[in-house]
Amino acid sequence: MLRGFLKINMKKLLKNNLVIMIIFSVVVLTMPIWMQPFGAAYPDILQKFVIFGVFAIGYNILFGLTGYLSFGHAAFLGVGSYTAVWSFKLLTMNIIPAIILSVIMSGIFAVLMGYVALRRSGIYFSILTLAFAQMCYNLAYSVLTPITNGETGLQLAKSDPRVIDRLFSEAGEGLPSTTLFGIETSGYSGFYISAVVMIIVFYISLKIFNSSFGLKLKAIKSNQNRMRYLGFNTRPYLLTAFVISGMYAGLAGGLLAATDPLAGAERMQWTASGEVILMTILGGVGTLFGPLLGVIIIKYFENIFSAINQLDLHSFYSIFPTWLENAMVSISSLFVGEGWHMTLGLLFMLVVAFLPGGVLEGMQLTYKKLTTYVSKKRNKTGGESKKETGVNHGK
Amino acid sequence: MGSKAVLQVTNVLKTFGGLKALNNLNLTIEEGTVHAIIGPNGAGKSTLLNVCIGQLTPDTGTVEFDGQIITGLAPHEISQRGISRVFQTPQIFEDLDILQNVMIPALAHIDGQFTFNAVKDLRHRNEVKRAAMEIIEQMNLGDQLHDRAGAMSRGNKRRLELAMCLVQKPKLLLLDEPTAGMARADTNQTIEILKKIKATGMTKVIIEHDMNVVFSLADRVSVLAQGTIIAEGTPQEIRESEIVKEAYLGGAKI
Repeated sequence: MLRGFLKINMKKLLKNNLVIMIIFSVVVLTMPIWMQPFGAAYPDILQKFVIFGVFAIGYNILFGLTGYLSFGHAAFLGVGSYTAVWSFKLLTMNIIPAIILSVIMSGIFAVLMGYVALRRSGIYFSILTLAFAQMCYNLAYSVLTPITNGETGLQLAKSDPRVIDRLFSEAGEGLPSTTLFGIETSGYSGFYISAVVMIIVFYISLKIFNSSFGLKLKAIKSNQNRMRYLGFNTRPYLLTAFVISGMYAGLAGGLLAATDPLAGAERMQWTASGEVILMTILGGVGTLFGPLLGVIIIKYFENIFSAINQLDLHSFYSIFPTWLENAMVSISSLFVGEGWHMTLGLLFMLVVAFLPGGVLEGMQLTYKKLTTYVSKKRNKTGGESKKETGVNHGK
Repeated sequence: MGSKAVLQVTNVLKTFGGLKALNNLNLTIEEGTVHAIIGPNGAGKSTLLNVCIGQLTPDTGTVEFDGQIITGLAPHEISQRGISRVFQTPQIFEDLDILQNVMIPALAHIDGQFTFNAVKDLRHRNEVKRAAMEIIEQMNLGDQLHDRAGAMSRGNKRRLELAMCLVQKPKLLLLDEPTAGMARADTNQTIEILKKIKATGMTKVIIEHDMNVVFSLADRVSVLAQGTIIAEGTPQEIRESEIVKEAYLGGAKI
């Protein structure tokens, strides 16, 4: 009885927003500790986890809720980065104005792009967004060189005006670094600042998911025609979702620039858009945590797997006899180092083919199987009352 | 009766290629009546409804609703004015649960015209939920509140769609074969529900093949064949009309 009661209460508790947010914040902020065993506890990759987390959370608001597959979100990431770097160059090295401006700027771009692209749905929408993003990318590379500094990428220079900073102090020796009211925003402090931003925007996305606005977006995904015949003008809803997710991407771009103040055109390329789609699908589209899981998996592969070399492999397999060691190393080396894309590709194919709900769904299924297995086993030993077993509390 | 017309279809022509799906059709639906439209397959019944809700635009002619011309308006604008339709194949939100399915049309009342107002949203949430629950109970779906709509039986899906339309309290409800493909028991239940709604005085247009349904519900019947109305009258008149037997029932006795 008590066990059942506790179980139900736990379920209720886990549905409470506050509880979710507390657990989530603790998990995110302790990342430097629990990432240690995975060899990923250094600031550079941790920053990537949370910043691309922001990107994926935002992407999920569009793709997960409305089902509109945008192939152009990298454009907003790039716009955000360029805006932030320009803010560092012209205004101040403080990241607050930079981030606010990058969110506003990408929002403006998202309105323009969404207004055009959302006239179509399905594959045509995807193609329109792709075209827009590639156009931005090519412009950044060529015509807009005065703004984007073309191939070299936009960087800080000593001669930059930095109007607001100059009001308070003289230009120092060497390049200044980005700060948040005096706190340097690289390294671990950069991670913590980005993590706090991600926690805030995660909360916003949680609110959107549970609001009636979110409900309407889900309904649009399910049956857009029905929405129209029920009296909904669907386009403004879609545009809002599009702009919100574009602003998330701009925020991510701004944060990227805040932790490392340079911006290049390659950030806008279609591969970058593809990456966020990959992250979202791999983790679990339309779920709250799935995209974040996808971010961690992909960024982990990108940074850790690609760094493994033959020597690492040899030491890993050193317990085997030499012939086996050599064989294992030659097989494994296909999947690490330069070959990390192959591992990722295989993983992606497996997930899409067998777990359309992403890794998160896989984890839920395993958990369910495990709990039913455990309760069955306990029942066989005869310790528990029969009522407990096989009870399926739904999702 | 002689009360005012809710829906006035005037000289509507709709062609698909060379086919005249609606051929200068005229139809008047009076307020508070249940108007059945019958006719053989391909007579243009569904096309007529599609024109009424703005899914199709007629080549010529007009549709007037509540004294205003609605031809050329977008579907959501027409719906906002108070026309709701139950489709022949249930059009529901398969991925959402039943409560959500009914809450969405209830929300359309408040902000079908888009407003991004979170405060308003919260204020109306309980009200919307209550309205939705009430209708769901009426449709005997209350015990499946959180079931995924897509997993329901066909009969239940139809009842859910009817609930979705009713929660909007439309001035005019269009029903496209509400009992097609239903088991006998489901059909009877649906008739009961429709009779209950009839008591509320809502104007309804029913397209139906099942004559039991037509004759037990309708106040007036129009017979559609090859895109035009060939006869109109009370169920009794239609039952006895020779033209109708000729065109539709093939002379068989009913």
